[in-house]
Amino acid sequence: MPDARGHFGPYGGRFVSETLSFALEELEKTYQSLRDDPDFQAEFDYDLAHYVGRPSPLYHAERWSRVLGGAQIWLKREDLNHTGAHKVNNTIGQALLAKKSGKPRVIAETGAGQHGVATATVAARLGLECDVYMGAADVERQKLNVYRMHLLGARVIPVESGTRTLKDAMNEALRDWVTNVDDTFYIIGTVAGPHPYPLLVRDFNAVVGREARKQSLEQIGRLPDALIACVGGGSNAMGLFYPFVEDDEVAMYGVEAGGDGVETGRHAAPLSSNAPRGVLHGNRTYLMSDESGQVSDTHSISAGLDYPGVGPEHALWKDVGRVHYVSANDDKVLEAFRELTHMEGIMPALESAHALAHAKVLAPSMRPDQHLVVNLSGRGDKDIMTVAKLDGVEF
Amino acid sequence: MNRIDQRFTELKSQGRKALIPYITAGDPAPAHTVGFMHALVEAGADIIELGVPFSDPMADGPVIQKACERALKNGTTLAHLFDMVREFRQADATTPVVLMGYLNPVERIGYEAFADKAQEAGVDGVLTVDMPPEEADEFGPILKERGLASIFLVAPTTSNTRAATICAHGEGYLYYVSLKGVTGAATLNAADVAKRLAPLRDITSLPLCVGFGIRDGATAAEVAKVADGVIVGSALVNRIAENADTPETIPGQLTAVLAEMRHAMDALSS
Repeated sequence: MPDARGHFGPYGGRFVSETLSFALEELEKTYQSLRDDPDFQAEFDYDLAHYVGRPSPLYHAERWSRVLGGAQIWLKREDLNHTGAHKVNNTIGQALLAKKSGKPRVIAETGAGQHGVATATVAARLGLECDVYMGAADVERQKLNVYRMHLLGARVIPVESGTRTLKDAMNEALRDWVTNVDDTFYIIGTVAGPHPYPLLVRDFNAVVGREARKQSLEQIGRLPDALIACVGGGSNAMGLFYPFVEDDEVAMYGVEAGGDGVETGRHAAPLSSNAPRGVLHGNRTYLMSDESGQVSDTHSISAGLDYPGVGPEHALWKDVGRVHYVSANDDKVLEAFRELTHMEGIMPALESAHALAHAKVLAPSMRPDQHLVVNLSGRGDKDIMTVAKLDGVEF
Repeated sequence: MNRIDQRFTELKSQGRKALIPYITAGDPAPAHTVGFMHALVEAGADIIELGVPFSDPMADGPVIQKACERALKNGTTLAHLFDMVREFRQADATTPVVLMGYLNPVERIGYEAFADKAQEAGVDGVLTVDMPPEEADEFGPILKERGLASIFLVAPTTSNTRAATICAHGEGYLYYVSLKGVTGAATLNAADVAKRLAPLRDITSLPLCVGFGIRDGATAAEVAKVADGVIVGSALVNRIAENADTPETIPGQLTAVLAEMRHAMDALSS
């Protein structure tokens, strides 16, 4: 647990302009009063079961495991959730908080669009007004999700400033929130941002790890030897890892976006490239920035991982060595994307393909009686245009 | 005595209110900033807030965001900023200078190094937009040791309890944000501001200065009736933006905007 002011060791905290302090204190109070409230939990669990479709299966990718010739690979199928990714767990939770707070409008930031779609979905269901900020570069590369959000009744606002990606969308969402703080609930999509967001997003996504733990015991007969998940802000990894943190025998790997390779500087891998500590978007964490403290441009084939920072609890886990943070380059990610699609008939999101790319590295170094759980955080439908473009296919 | 406290003491004895312009350092290019600072003083500035350009200025609107982009594109660094203040001090030993910006550039060079360099350059105060007093345990004392004032924001949404905490940590002056929103947003409501400043008077002796939404002589005078100082940013930065291609015309533009405000504010006390 973070300390009373939301610090995970030296990370986290609440670094925001004064106008937002009140809203964050209010949110913290609301959440504290509901966190252990059985009625709230029951409502959340009901929605996860009947609206999201949980529990998601733990699937044994037998054919791919055999081909790789090492550990047994299991996929936690978050891609089968309603809206197609783990993001919906958190938006269901935060939408309940928005409802309890009596705010008629929600806003969100999104990179690949998965969080935007999940937010637009819950907003449609609850009859809330919904605006989603999205970097203009991401609007371009994620047209399908932009259209999905429009169909759901949300407004998508392209952000032209900065690098025109996820971090700029988050800046713009914060500006909106400062201006409309009286009637607007900001649904943050990852385990970053000011306290209490890293805590509550973790709590809402931890259902992934709780299920995976139970399913492992039932289907494997013991806990897995290793977990792998991709890390942008780090919400799906947090969700899978958190319920296993005390299980020292379970190794954990967080896979960041290596882009063209961390040595080229064109990447989005603050932890595995040893970026300095910094403060952005309300929390202290590892943050890619230059010597003057200007936030660096990032690069990734996957819009959802294209972020220069990472959630503060991941920063702490790096320091204490609980999780190994590595990176996968774009070319290896595409290779893993194609391989899983061919061998298992499952098309992963490019984000999740980062985790799969590391599974390809790790599995062959392990024995066939060892078990690896990979978080398949989302499905690849949204990325078909990106892959098609690389294949020279036009529609 | 810190130059900021000195200045407010003088203003009080003269029955005048502080006029505090903000410009982003290095906008449109580092070579112009010191000249702009002198022009602002000539037009009646009492304190100068010098913005530290940042790649992700989340609390600012498009006007100051673009100023940051211009400054960074033209290579402005923190080292330049200290040089600017040092150069400004050669000709002006009395006008207080406050650095205003975001925490990450400070974190990157380190609190001690930042404070040493700021003090050595002749800076008087530091306002870090995204560092509330609760997170200032380490930085606050480092600034204090060097005689640099920690300036904090109070917002319309700030509770009275929080305002008391902020006042207890604050030095120099209190920056009251007149609006919910980002810099350069809608016009402020002077009656609302007056209502909010009154309880602050009961809990602090710090001068209360008001920023956000002040765009001309009329709004400046309205605010000066109830506040100890008026902070103006986007109205000036707009002029810099409009004339970025002809920087030699900018000092005259800044002077015109500021002189109108000075005149309107001083008319109150005469």
